[in-house]
Amino acid sequence: MIENQFIGALQEALEIQDHEILLADQFRSYPEWDSLAQLTLIAMLDEEFGVSIEMKNFNELVTVQDLFEAVKASAEKQ
Amino acid sequence: MAYLDYDATGILGIAAALPRKVIDNQAYTDYFPAEDVAEIVEKIGVKQRRFADAGTCASDLCFAAAVKLIADMQVDRSEIDLLLFISQTPDYRMPATSIILQHRLGLADTTIAFDISIGCSGFLYGLSVAYALLQQKGLRKALVLDGETRSKVYSPKDRKTAFLFGDAGVAALIGKDDRFGRSFYSIHSDGSREGLIKINAGGYRNPSSPETLKEQVVDEYGNIRNEEQGYMNGGDVFNFLIREVPKDVKGLLEYSGFDQSAVDYFVFHQANSYMNGYLVKKLKLDPAKVPMSIEKFGNTSSVSIPLTMVSELKEQLAGRKTLLLCGFGVGLSWATALLNMDGCHVSEIVEVSA
Repeated sequence: MIENQFIGALQEALEIQDHEILLADQFRSYPEWDSLAQLTLIAMLDEEFGVSIEMKNFNELVTVQDLFEAVKASAEKQ
Repeated sequence: MAYLDYDATGILGIAAALPRKVIDNQAYTDYFPAEDVAEIVEKIGVKQRRFADAGTCASDLCFAAAVKLIADMQVDRSEIDLLLFISQTPDYRMPATSIILQHRLGLADTTIAFDISIGCSGFLYGLSVAYALLQQKGLRKALVLDGETRSKVYSPKDRKTAFLFGDAGVAALIGKDDRFGRSFYSIHSDGSREGLIKINAGGYRNPSSPETLKEQVVDEYGNIRNEEQGYMNGGDVFNFLIREVPKDVKGLLEYSGFDQSAVDYFVFHQANSYMNGYLVKKLKLDPAKVPMSIEKFGNTSSVSIPLTMVSELKEQLAGRKTLLLCGFGVGLSWATALLNMDGCHVSEIVEVSA
């Protein structure tokens, strides 16, 4: 999985239009982030990457980079 | 693989009862500021719910629905050989609420009566048990009562659950007739996820005590509940169900040999509007075939499927229709049914106040 593909999917899931996504961003501080965005992200990870991340672990992810690494690790395991 | 397959058994009639008290969710601002409430309510898609008053139990709602159904259909009470009460909000820890209802409804003491405690998939678990027992020659009709007062289960100070749940009860009469043809059920359980939706205390593992009734701040958002109120890990429940529910729907269709396009209506548990929207998209369903009542009644747990049938499909069920029903939630447990409705009587909804 490449970063660009992941960032594109993230952008679409969170419906981000007017700003770039950088790996260092804290995704929970995006104005688009809320509880529904979280569900949309969960659904996207399942559909696009076949990955599901337990909430306990998900809650520890802070940056887009953290999320990307977690998805990559989980996708490789499956 | 637990697939069940029945012939010539079906739902003859169905009635629903609601508490008279309507909660306008936008105005439910006792514990949270109005702007927060507006945002939450907008997201979860529940505009109104019904709350039973302190003196009204799930059994009272089911009783009212059953009385209405029996009167409207002129049911001969002596033909009811089985009574099931599906609920996780019973009257007492003992005796079983179904036994109390047998007497209240004036049914014979030859009636088989017992409770089924499962949660959101409960209507389908209950229907399948009724269908199974009706294969016995000695049994004529079954009364399936399904009621919940979930408003009494969750903390009004926990924004994750405070705006979602409502109360309702239904009564369905099940009988045998060749016109129903074959019906199919798929039933699942996964106890490894028991902690995802749970009331931790008040049973016998963690008995009720002053400690379990003490309100506590449970997270960084300041949500408050005690250990005898419901907890839900919505993210992990969603994580699990988005994989299992579409798989189960497709699996049952394949097992039954039905094409998805042959189904007239898909009635899903009304968990929240997001989950329903997700299922429509994922299974590529025509939204016109997926009735929803979450906006009007909230999440009524096991009652939400039959309540949606009564409130959204009333006239349609008088004709011949093929329905796919799918319930999922606490346990975790989930179940799917594919069945024919043919000439089903649907009563007007009854309103109940103490």
